[in-house]
Amino acid sequence: MSRDERTVAAVPAWVWGILAACLALQLAVQAARHSGAPPESDLPPPARPEALALASFGEKEAAARLAMLYIQSVDFAAGEALPYRHLDYRRLVGWLRSILALDPRSDYPLFSAARVYAEVPDPARSRIALELVYEAFLEDPNRRWPWLAHAALLAKHRLKDLPLARRFAAAIDRHTTSQNVPLWAKQMEIFILEDMNELEAARIMLGGLLASGKIRDPAEARFLAKRLEELEARIVK
Amino acid sequence: MPAAILARFVLTEARRSGLPWLAAGCVAAALAAAAFLSQVALTESLALSAAIVAALLRAATVFLVATQVASSILREVDDKGLELMLSLPLSRSTQYLGRLAGFAACGMALALVFSAVLLLWASPGAVALWALSLACEAALVAAAALFFSLTLTGLVPAIAATVGLYLLARSMPAIQAMAAGPLTDASFAAQATRFAVDGIALLLPRLDGVARTEWLLYGLPSAGDYLVALAGVALYWLLLVAAGLFDFHRRNL
Repeated sequence: MSRDERTVAAVPAWVWGILAACLALQLAVQAARHSGAPPESDLPPPARPEALALASFGEKEAAARLAMLYIQSVDFAAGEALPYRHLDYRRLVGWLRSILALDPRSDYPLFSAARVYAEVPDPARSRIALELVYEAFLEDPNRRWPWLAHAALLAKHRLKDLPLARRFAAAIDRHTTSQNVPLWAKQMEIFILEDMNELEAARIMLGGLLASGKIRDPAEARFLAKRLEELEARIVK
Repeated sequence: MPAAILARFVLTEARRSGLPWLAAGCVAAALAAAAFLSQVALTESLALSAAIVAALLRAATVFLVATQVASSILREVDDKGLELMLSLPLSRSTQYLGRLAGFAACGMALALVFSAVLLLWASPGAVALWALSLACEAALVAAAALFFSLTLTGLVPAIAATVGLYLLARSMPAIQAMAAGPLTDASFAAQATRFAVDGIALLLPRLDGVARTEWLLYGLPSAGDYLVALAGVALYWLLLVAAGLFDFHRRNL
Protein backbone atom coordinates (compact mmCIF):
# COMPACT_ATOMS: atom_id res chain seq x y z
CA MET A 1 0.00 0.00 0.00
CA SER A 2 1.48 3.36 -0.97
CA ARG A 3 1.08 6.55 1.03
CA ASP A 4 -1.41 7.78 -1.61
CA GLU A 5 -3.88 4.99 -0.84
CA ARG A 6 -6.28 4.42 2.04
CA THR A 7 -7.02 0.96 3.49
CA VAL A 8 -9.51 -1.32 1.72
CA ALA A 9 -11.85 -0.86 4.68
CA ALA A 10 -12.44 2.69 3.41
CA VAL A 11 -14.29 1.30 0.35
CA PRO A 12 -18.09 1.30 0.92
CA ALA A 13 -19.82 -2.07 1.07
CA TRP A 14 -22.06 -1.33 -1.92
CA VAL A 15 -18.97 -0.66 -4.10
CA TRP A 16 -17.56 -4.04 -2.99
CA GLY A 17 -20.88 -5.63 -3.90
CA ILE A 18 -21.05 -4.09 -7.36
CA LEU A 19 -17.41 -4.99 -8.08
CA ALA A 20 -17.91 -8.64 -7.02
CA ALA A 21 -21.22 -8.95 -8.91
CA CYS A 22 -19.81 -7.47 -12.11
CA LEU A 23 -16.75 -9.73 -11.95
CA ALA A 24 -18.92 -12.82 -11.41
CA LEU A 25 -21.22 -11.79 -14.27
CA GLN A 26 -18.27 -11.21 -16.59
CA LEU A 27 -16.83 -14.65 -15.79
CA ALA A 28 -20.23 -16.31 -16.27
CA VAL A 29 -20.87 -14.61 -19.62
CA GLN A 30 -17.42 -15.51 -20.92
CA ALA A 31 -17.69 -19.10 -19.67
CA ALA A 32 -21.05 -19.52 -21.42
CA ARG A 33 -19.66 -18.32 -24.74
CA HIS A 34 -18.96 -20.97 -27.32
CA SER A 35 -15.22 -21.34 -27.67
CA GLY A 36 -12.95 -23.34 -29.93
CA ALA A 37 -12.92 -23.51 -33.72
CA PRO A 38 -15.01 -20.96 -35.62
CA PRO A 39 -18.40 -22.18 -36.86
CA GLU A 40 -18.94 -23.44 -40.38
CA SER A 41 -18.50 -20.27 -42.32
CA ASP A 42 -17.12 -19.36 -45.68
CA LEU A 43 -14.26 -17.14 -46.55
CA PRO A 44 -15.07 -13.54 -47.37
CA PRO A 45 -14.08 -12.35 -50.87
CA PRO A 46 -10.29 -12.09 -51.12
CA ALA A 47 -8.67 -8.80 -50.21
CA ARG A 48 -6.30 -7.20 -52.70
CA PRO A 49 -2.61 -7.33 -51.74
CA GLU A 50 -2.51 -3.52 -51.59
CA ALA A 51 -5.40 -3.55 -49.13
CA LEU A 52 -3.64 -6.13 -46.95
CA ALA A 53 -0.45 -4.03 -47.06
CA LEU A 54 -2.44 -0.95 -46.08
CA ALA A 55 -4.25 -2.74 -43.26
CA SER A 56 -0.93 -3.90 -41.83
CA PHE A 57 0.72 -0.46 -42.22
CA GLY A 58 3.35 -1.93 -44.51
CA GLU A 59 4.19 -5.00 -42.40
CA LYS A 60 3.77 -7.28 -45.42
CA GLU A 61 5.64 -10.34 -44.14
CA ALA A 62 3.74 -10.43 -40.84
CA ALA A 63 0.42 -9.70 -42.58
CA ALA A 64 0.94 -12.53 -45.10
CA ARG A 65 1.54 -15.08 -42.35
CA LEU A 66 -1.32 -13.84 -40.17
CA ALA A 67 -3.63 -14.00 -43.18
CA MET A 68 -2.54 -17.63 -43.71
CA LEU A 69 -3.36 -18.47 -40.08
CA TYR A 70 -6.77 -16.85 -40.54
CA ILE A 71 -7.48 -18.81 -43.72
CA GLN A 72 -6.40 -22.12 -42.25
CA SER A 73 -8.83 -21.63 -39.35
CA VAL A 74 -11.84 -21.27 -41.67
CA ASP A 75 -13.92 -24.42 -41.98
CA PHE A 76 -11.14 -26.55 -40.54
CA ALA A 77 -12.68 -29.85 -39.46
CA ALA A 78 -9.87 -32.22 -38.54
CA GLY A 79 -10.80 -35.87 -38.69
CA GLU A 80 -13.95 -35.38 -40.73
CA ALA A 81 -14.48 -37.47 -43.85
CA LEU A 82 -14.71 -34.41 -46.05
CA PRO A 83 -12.61 -31.55 -44.71
CA TYR A 84 -13.18 -28.03 -46.00
CA ARG A 85 -16.49 -29.09 -47.52
CA HIS A 86 -18.01 -25.63 -46.98
CA LEU A 87 -14.98 -23.77 -48.26
CA ASP A 88 -15.35 -21.81 -51.49
CA TYR A 89 -12.16 -22.82 -53.33
CA ARG A 90 -12.39 -19.94 -55.82
CA ARG A 91 -12.22 -17.50 -52.94
CA LEU A 92 -9.55 -19.58 -51.24
CA VAL A 93 -7.35 -19.40 -54.34
CA GLY A 94 -7.96 -15.65 -54.52
CA TRP A 95 -6.75 -15.27 -50.94
CA LEU A 96 -3.70 -17.43 -51.58
CA ARG A 97 -2.83 -15.37 -54.67
CA SER A 98 -3.15 -12.14 -52.67
CA ILE A 99 -0.94 -13.49 -49.92
CA LEU A 100 1.64 -14.65 -52.45
CA ALA A 101 1.62 -11.18 -54.01
CA LEU A 102 2.06 -9.65 -50.56
CA ASP A 103 5.12 -11.75 -49.74
CA PRO A 104 6.27 -13.68 -52.84
CA ARG A 105 9.11 -15.36 -50.92
CA SER A 106 6.85 -16.96 -48.32
CA ASP A 107 6.37 -20.72 -48.71
CA TYR A 108 3.22 -20.80 -46.59
CA PRO A 109 0.55 -20.23 -49.31
CA LEU A 110 1.91 -22.91 -51.66
CA PHE A 111 2.64 -25.29 -48.80
CA SER A 112 -1.02 -24.98 -47.79
CA ALA A 113 -2.27 -25.25 -51.37
CA ALA A 114 -0.24 -28.39 -52.14
CA ARG A 115 -0.18 -30.13 -48.77
CA VAL A 116 -3.54 -29.16 -47.27
CA TYR A 117 -6.11 -27.90 -49.74
CA ALA A 118 -5.12 -30.14 -52.68
CA GLU A 119 -5.25 -33.27 -50.52
CA VAL A 120 -9.01 -33.14 -49.97
CA PRO A 121 -10.97 -36.15 -51.27
CA ASP A 122 -12.81 -34.00 -53.82
CA PRO A 123 -11.15 -34.08 -57.26
CA ALA A 124 -12.71 -30.82 -58.49
CA ARG A 125 -11.42 -28.84 -55.51
CA SER A 126 -8.11 -30.61 -55.55
CA ARG A 127 -7.59 -29.59 -59.18
CA ILE A 128 -8.29 -25.92 -58.37
CA ALA A 129 -5.59 -25.97 -55.69
CA LEU A 130 -3.15 -27.85 -57.95
CA GLU A 131 -3.63 -25.36 -60.80
CA LEU A 132 -2.78 -22.55 -58.39
CA VAL A 133 0.44 -24.35 -57.50
CA TYR A 134 1.27 -24.72 -61.19
CA GLU A 135 0.54 -21.05 -61.96
CA ALA A 136 2.61 -19.86 -59.01
CA PHE A 137 5.45 -22.22 -59.94
CA LEU A 138 5.75 -20.60 -63.37
CA GLU A 139 6.37 -17.21 -61.71
CA ASP A 140 9.36 -18.45 -59.69
CA PRO A 141 10.31 -22.02 -60.72
CA ASN A 142 13.64 -22.24 -58.87
CA ARG A 143 12.03 -21.49 -55.52
CA ARG A 144 8.63 -23.13 -55.91
CA TRP A 145 9.49 -26.48 -57.53
CA PRO A 146 8.98 -28.58 -54.35
CA TRP A 147 5.27 -27.74 -54.31
CA LEU A 148 4.84 -28.66 -57.97
CA ALA A 149 6.72 -31.91 -57.37
CA HIS A 150 4.22 -32.76 -54.65
CA ALA A 151 1.39 -31.65 -56.95
CA ALA A 152 2.63 -34.13 -59.59
CA LEU A 153 2.48 -36.96 -57.04
CA LEU A 154 -1.04 -35.97 -55.99
CA ALA A 155 -2.17 -35.80 -59.62
CA LYS A 156 -0.87 -39.31 -60.22
CA HIS A 157 -1.89 -41.09 -57.03
CA ARG A 158 -4.98 -39.23 -55.80
CA LEU A 159 -6.53 -37.93 -59.01
CA LYS A 160 -5.21 -40.83 -61.12
CA ASP A 161 -4.57 -38.23 -63.82
CA LEU A 162 -1.29 -39.27 -65.44
CA PRO A 163 -1.29 -36.56 -68.16
CA LEU A 164 -1.68 -33.86 -65.50
CA ALA A 165 1.08 -35.40 -63.39
CA ARG A 166 3.37 -35.55 -66.42
CA ARG A 167 2.58 -31.92 -67.30
CA PHE A 168 3.63 -30.83 -63.82
CA ALA A 169 6.73 -33.04 -63.84
CA ALA A 170 7.80 -31.85 -67.28
CA ALA A 171 7.37 -28.21 -66.18
CA ILE A 172 9.89 -28.73 -63.38
CA ASP A 173 12.43 -30.05 -65.87
CA ARG A 174 11.72 -27.34 -68.43
CA HIS A 175 11.55 -24.23 -66.23
CA THR A 176 14.01 -24.78 -63.38
CA THR A 177 17.51 -23.45 -64.03
CA SER A 178 19.11 -23.33 -60.58
CA GLN A 179 21.91 -25.72 -59.62
CA ASN A 180 20.13 -26.21 -56.29
CA VAL A 181 17.30 -28.18 -57.89
CA PRO A 182 18.17 -31.85 -57.30
CA LEU A 183 18.42 -34.35 -60.11
CA TRP A 184 15.46 -36.42 -58.91
CA ALA A 185 13.26 -33.33 -59.24
CA LYS A 186 14.56 -32.57 -62.73
CA GLN A 187 13.80 -36.18 -63.64
CA MET A 188 10.38 -36.11 -62.02
CA GLU A 189 8.69 -37.33 -65.20
CA ILE A 190 10.56 -40.65 -65.06
CA PHE A 191 9.76 -40.84 -61.36
CA ILE A 192 6.05 -40.34 -62.19
CA LEU A 193 6.09 -43.04 -64.85
CA GLU A 194 7.72 -45.61 -62.60
CA ASP A 195 5.47 -48.26 -61.13
CA MET A 196 5.65 -47.37 -57.44
CA ASN A 197 2.88 -46.72 -54.94
CA GLU A 198 2.11 -43.37 -53.31
CA LEU A 199 3.89 -44.22 -50.06
CA GLU A 200 7.14 -45.16 -51.78
CA ALA A 201 7.02 -42.04 -53.93
CA ALA A 202 6.24 -39.80 -50.95
CA ARG A 203 9.07 -41.34 -48.95
CA ILE A 204 11.56 -40.76 -51.74
CA MET A 205 10.40 -37.19 -52.20
CA LEU A 206 10.42 -36.29 -48.51
CA GLY A 207 13.81 -37.95 -48.08
CA GLY A 208 15.12 -35.90 -50.98
CA LEU A 209 13.70 -32.67 -49.59
CA LEU A 210 15.18 -33.33 -46.16
CA ALA A 211 18.56 -34.21 -47.65
CA SER A 212 18.59 -31.05 -49.77
CA GLY A 213 17.92 -28.90 -46.68
CA LYS A 214 14.65 -27.59 -48.10
CA ILE A 215 12.73 -28.46 -44.92
CA ARG A 216 14.21 -26.60 -42.00
CA ASP A 217 11.16 -25.43 -40.10
CA PRO A 218 10.28 -27.67 -37.12
CA ALA A 219 6.52 -27.16 -37.57
CA GLU A 220 6.76 -28.21 -41.22
CA ALA A 221 8.89 -31.25 -40.39
CA ARG A 222 6.33 -32.33 -37.75
CA PHE A 223 3.45 -31.81 -40.17
CA LEU A 224 5.10 -33.81 -42.95
CA ALA A 225 6.08 -36.66 -40.62
CA LYS A 226 2.47 -36.86 -39.45
CA ARG A 227 1.22 -36.89 -43.04
CA LEU A 228 3.61 -39.70 -43.89
CA GLU A 229 2.34 -41.73 -40.92
CA GLU A 230 -1.27 -41.17 -42.01
CA LEU A 231 -0.40 -42.26 -45.54
CA GLU A 232 1.35 -45.34 -44.19
CA ALA A 233 -1.68 -46.24 -42.05
CA ARG A 234 -4.06 -45.78 -44.98
CA ILE A 235 -2.03 -47.95 -47.32
CA VAL A 236 -1.53 -50.71 -44.73
CA LYS A 237 -5.34 -50.89 -44.28
CA MET B 1 27.57 21.29 -21.53
CA PRO B 2 23.97 22.48 -21.02
CA ALA B 3 22.43 20.45 -23.86
CA ALA B 4 23.99 17.23 -22.50
CA ILE B 5 22.63 18.01 -19.01
CA LEU B 6 19.14 18.50 -20.42
CA ALA B 7 19.45 15.22 -22.33
CA ARG B 8 20.48 13.45 -19.12
CA PHE B 9 17.45 14.90 -17.31
CA VAL B 10 15.20 13.47 -20.03
CA LEU B 11 16.77 10.01 -19.72
CA THR B 12 16.54 10.09 -15.91
CA GLU B 13 12.87 11.05 -16.13
CA ALA B 14 12.20 8.19 -18.58
CA ARG B 15 13.88 5.72 -16.23
CA ARG B 16 11.95 6.95 -13.19
CA SER B 17 8.61 6.99 -15.00
CA GLY B 18 8.76 3.21 -15.47
CA LEU B 19 9.69 3.10 -19.17
CA PRO B 20 12.09 0.13 -18.67
CA TRP B 21 9.25 -1.89 -17.10
CA LEU B 22 6.92 -1.00 -19.94
CA ALA B 23 9.60 -2.10 -22.41
CA ALA B 24 10.00 -5.40 -20.56
CA GLY B 25 6.23 -5.87 -20.68
CA CYS B 26 6.22 -5.26 -24.43
CA VAL B 27 8.95 -7.88 -24.94
CA ALA B 28 7.03 -10.41 -22.83
CA ALA B 29 3.78 -9.74 -24.72
CA ALA B 30 5.47 -10.01 -28.13
CA LEU B 31 7.18 -13.29 -27.16
CA ALA B 32 3.89 -14.70 -25.85
CA ALA B 33 2.08 -13.75 -29.09
CA ALA B 34 4.85 -15.31 -31.18
CA ALA B 35 4.85 -18.50 -29.09
CA PHE B 36 1.09 -18.87 -29.50
CA LEU B 37 1.03 -18.16 -33.24
CA SER B 38 4.01 -20.40 -34.01
CA GLN B 39 2.16 -23.27 -32.32
CA VAL B 40 -0.75 -23.01 -34.74
CA ALA B 41 1.41 -22.49 -37.85
CA LEU B 42 1.79 -25.46 -40.20
CA THR B 43 5.04 -24.18 -41.65
CA GLU B 44 7.35 -21.17 -41.40
CA SER B 45 6.84 -21.10 -37.63
CA LEU B 46 10.25 -19.51 -37.10
CA ALA B 47 9.67 -16.88 -39.79
CA LEU B 48 6.22 -16.21 -38.36
CA SER B 49 7.69 -15.65 -34.88
CA ALA B 50 10.35 -13.28 -36.21
CA ALA B 51 7.84 -11.32 -38.32
CA ILE B 52 5.29 -10.98 -35.52
CA VAL B 53 7.84 -10.01 -32.87
CA ALA B 54 9.47 -7.49 -35.23
CA ALA B 55 6.11 -5.91 -36.12
CA LEU B 56 4.90 -5.74 -32.52
CA LEU B 57 8.14 -4.39 -31.09
CA ARG B 58 8.44 -1.79 -33.83
CA ALA B 59 4.91 -0.58 -33.03
CA ALA B 60 5.77 -0.62 -29.32
CA THR B 61 8.90 1.48 -29.94
CA VAL B 62 6.91 4.12 -31.81
CA PHE B 63 4.08 4.21 -29.27
CA LEU B 64 6.35 4.35 -26.23
CA VAL B 65 8.58 7.07 -27.69
CA ALA B 66 5.62 9.20 -28.82
CA THR B 67 3.79 8.96 -25.48
CA GLN B 68 6.97 9.48 -23.44
CA VAL B 69 7.89 12.65 -25.34
CA ALA B 70 4.37 14.09 -25.36
CA SER B 71 3.66 13.38 -21.67
CA SER B 72 7.06 14.71 -20.56
CA ILE B 73 6.78 17.96 -22.53
CA LEU B 74 3.15 18.54 -21.62
CA ARG B 75 3.86 18.00 -17.92
CA GLU B 76 6.69 20.51 -18.15
CA VAL B 77 4.37 23.01 -19.82
CA ASP B 78 1.60 22.46 -17.24
CA ASP B 79 4.02 22.79 -14.30
CA LYS B 80 5.41 26.01 -15.78
CA GLY B 81 8.79 24.26 -15.87
CA LEU B 82 9.27 25.23 -19.49
CA GLU B 83 8.78 28.92 -18.67
CA LEU B 84 11.32 28.62 -15.87
CA MET B 85 13.81 26.98 -18.22
CA LEU B 86 13.30 29.65 -20.85
CA SER B 87 14.13 32.33 -18.27
CA LEU B 88 17.57 30.77 -17.74
CA PRO B 89 20.58 32.10 -19.67
CA LEU B 90 20.43 29.28 -22.22
CA SER B 91 19.66 29.72 -25.88
CA ARG B 92 16.39 28.30 -27.11
CA SER B 93 18.22 26.16 -29.63
CA THR B 94 20.28 24.58 -26.84
CA GLN B 95 17.16 23.87 -24.83
CA TYR B 96 15.33 22.33 -27.79
CA LEU B 97 18.27 20.29 -29.03
CA GLY B 98 19.17 19.10 -25.53
CA ARG B 99 15.68 17.72 -24.97
CA LEU B 100 15.60 16.23 -28.45
CA ALA B 101 18.94 14.48 -27.85
CA GLY B 102 17.55 12.94 -24.65
CA PHE B 103 14.35 11.72 -26.30
CA ALA B 104 16.22 10.41 -29.35
CA ALA B 105 18.67 8.54 -27.08
CA CYS B 106 15.71 7.09 -25.18
CA GLY B 107 14.13 5.89 -28.44
CA MET B 108 17.40 4.44 -29.69
CA ALA B 109 17.93 2.57 -26.43
CA LEU B 110 14.44 1.06 -26.74
CA ALA B 111 15.14 0.10 -30.35
CA LEU B 112 18.39 -1.63 -29.44
CA VAL B 113 16.87 -3.57 -26.53
CA PHE B 114 13.90 -4.69 -28.66
CA SER B 115 16.16 -5.67 -31.55
CA ALA B 116 18.23 -7.92 -29.30
CA VAL B 117 15.15 -10.15 -28.89
CA LEU B 118 15.21 -10.88 -32.62
CA LEU B 119 18.56 -12.64 -32.27
CA LEU B 120 16.45 -15.66 -31.28
CA TRP B 121 15.42 -16.08 -34.93
CA ALA B 122 17.60 -13.97 -37.21
CA SER B 123 21.30 -13.66 -37.97
CA PRO B 124 23.34 -11.07 -36.03
CA GLY B 125 24.11 -9.13 -39.23
CA ALA B 126 20.46 -8.80 -40.19
CA VAL B 127 19.50 -7.84 -36.63
CA ALA B 128 22.27 -5.21 -36.50
CA LEU B 129 21.03 -3.55 -39.69
CA TRP B 130 17.43 -3.77 -38.53
CA ALA B 131 18.36 -2.33 -35.11
CA LEU B 132 20.25 0.62 -36.58
CA SER B 133 17.39 1.52 -38.89
CA LEU B 134 14.80 1.11 -36.10
CA ALA B 135 16.94 3.39 -33.92
CA CYS B 136 16.83 6.01 -36.69
CA GLU B 137 13.06 5.53 -36.97
CA ALA B 138 12.72 6.00 -33.21
CA ALA B 139 14.78 9.21 -33.36
CA LEU B 140 12.50 10.44 -36.12
CA VAL B 141 9.40 9.69 -34.04
CA ALA B 142 11.00 11.51 -31.08
CA ALA B 143 11.60 14.57 -33.27
CA ALA B 144 8.03 14.47 -34.59
CA ALA B 145 6.55 14.04 -31.11
CA LEU B 146 8.63 16.92 -29.72
CA PHE B 147 7.56 19.17 -32.59
CA PHE B 148 3.86 18.33 -32.20
CA SER B 149 3.96 18.50 -28.38
CA LEU B 150 5.35 22.04 -28.42
CA THR B 151 3.15 23.14 -31.31
CA LEU B 152 -0.20 21.64 -30.39
CA THR B 153 0.15 21.85 -26.55
CA GLY B 154 -2.28 19.07 -25.73
CA LEU B 155 -1.52 15.44 -24.89
CA VAL B 156 -4.11 13.80 -27.13
CA PRO B 157 -3.54 16.08 -30.18
CA ALA B 158 0.24 15.65 -29.88
CA ILE B 159 0.10 11.84 -29.68
CA ALA B 160 -2.58 11.63 -32.38
CA ALA B 161 -0.59 13.83 -34.76
CA THR B 162 2.66 11.90 -34.18
CA VAL B 163 1.09 8.47 -34.56
CA GLY B 164 -1.00 9.69 -37.50
CA LEU B 165 2.08 10.99 -39.32
CA TYR B 166 3.92 7.73 -38.67
CA LEU B 167 1.08 5.47 -39.81
CA LEU B 168 0.41 7.58 -42.89
CA ALA B 169 4.09 7.47 -43.82
CA ARG B 170 4.20 3.69 -43.40
CA SER B 171 0.99 3.20 -45.39
CA MET B 172 1.75 5.64 -48.19
CA PRO B 173 3.37 3.12 -50.61
CA ALA B 174 0.26 0.90 -50.34
CA ILE B 175 -2.02 3.92 -50.83
CA GLN B 176 -0.03 4.99 -53.89
CA ALA B 177 -0.16 1.46 -55.30
CA MET B 178 -3.94 1.44 -54.88
CA ALA B 179 -4.31 4.87 -56.49
CA ALA B 180 -2.21 3.82 -59.48
CA GLY B 181 -3.63 0.29 -59.75
CA PRO B 182 -4.58 -1.22 -63.12
CA LEU B 183 -8.29 -1.05 -62.28
CA THR B 184 -8.39 2.72 -61.73
CA ASP B 185 -10.01 4.60 -64.59
CA ALA B 186 -8.55 7.52 -66.50
CA SER B 187 -11.20 10.03 -65.41
CA PHE B 188 -10.27 13.50 -64.16
CA ALA B 189 -11.31 12.59 -60.60
CA ALA B 190 -9.07 9.49 -60.60
CA GLN B 191 -6.14 11.48 -61.99
CA ALA B 192 -6.68 14.24 -59.43
CA THR B 193 -6.79 11.69 -56.63
CA ARG B 194 -3.53 10.16 -57.80
CA PHE B 195 -1.83 13.55 -57.99
CA ALA B 196 -3.14 14.43 -54.52
CA VAL B 197 -1.82 11.16 -53.08
CA ASP B 198 1.56 11.66 -54.76
CA GLY B 199 1.61 15.22 -53.45
CA ILE B 200 0.99 14.11 -49.87
CA ALA B 201 3.69 11.44 -50.26
CA LEU B 202 6.21 14.19 -51.08
CA LEU B 203 5.68 15.62 -47.59
CA LEU B 204 6.21 12.32 -45.78
CA PRO B 205 9.30 10.25 -44.90
CA ARG B 206 9.76 6.92 -46.73
CA LEU B 207 9.48 4.65 -43.71
CA ASP B 208 8.76 1.54 -45.78
CA GLY B 209 12.47 1.34 -46.62
CA VAL B 210 13.73 1.12 -43.03
CA ALA B 211 13.61 -1.72 -40.48
CA ARG B 212 12.17 -4.10 -43.04
CA THR B 213 11.10 -7.48 -41.74
CA GLU B 214 12.29 -9.12 -44.96
CA TRP B 215 15.90 -8.46 -43.90
CA LEU B 216 15.31 -10.71 -40.90
CA LEU B 217 13.62 -13.44 -42.93
CA TYR B 218 15.30 -13.48 -46.32
CA GLY B 219 18.70 -11.81 -46.03
CA LEU B 220 20.50 -8.51 -45.96
CA PRO B 221 19.59 -5.56 -48.20
CA SER B 222 22.05 -4.08 -50.67
CA ALA B 223 24.30 -1.41 -49.15
CA GLY B 224 23.00 1.18 -51.59
CA ASP B 225 19.32 0.60 -50.75
CA TYR B 226 20.07 0.59 -47.04
CA LEU B 227 22.02 3.83 -47.08
CA VAL B 228 19.44 5.58 -49.28
CA ALA B 229 16.68 4.58 -46.83
CA LEU B 230 18.65 5.83 -43.82
CA ALA B 231 19.56 9.06 -45.62
CA GLY B 232 15.84 9.65 -46.31
CA VAL B 233 15.03 9.26 -42.61
CA ALA B 234 17.95 11.50 -41.61
CA LEU B 235 16.80 14.20 -44.02
CA TYR B 236 13.26 14.14 -42.64
CA TRP B 237 14.65 14.20 -39.09
CA LEU B 238 16.56 17.39 -39.94
CA LEU B 239 13.40 18.88 -41.47
CA LEU B 240 11.44 18.17 -38.26
CA VAL B 241 14.24 19.60 -36.11
CA ALA B 242 14.36 22.77 -38.24
CA ALA B 243 10.56 23.12 -38.08
CA GLY B 244 10.63 22.57 -34.30
CA LEU B 245 13.38 25.15 -33.78
CA PHE B 246 11.51 27.62 -35.98
CA ASP B 247 8.37 27.22 -33.91
CA PHE B 248 10.20 27.21 -30.56
CA HIS B 249 12.04 30.43 -31.34
CA ARG B 250 8.72 32.14 -32.11
CA ARG B 251 7.09 30.96 -28.88
CA ASN B 252 5.99 33.71 -26.46
CA LEU B 253 6.23 33.24 -22.72
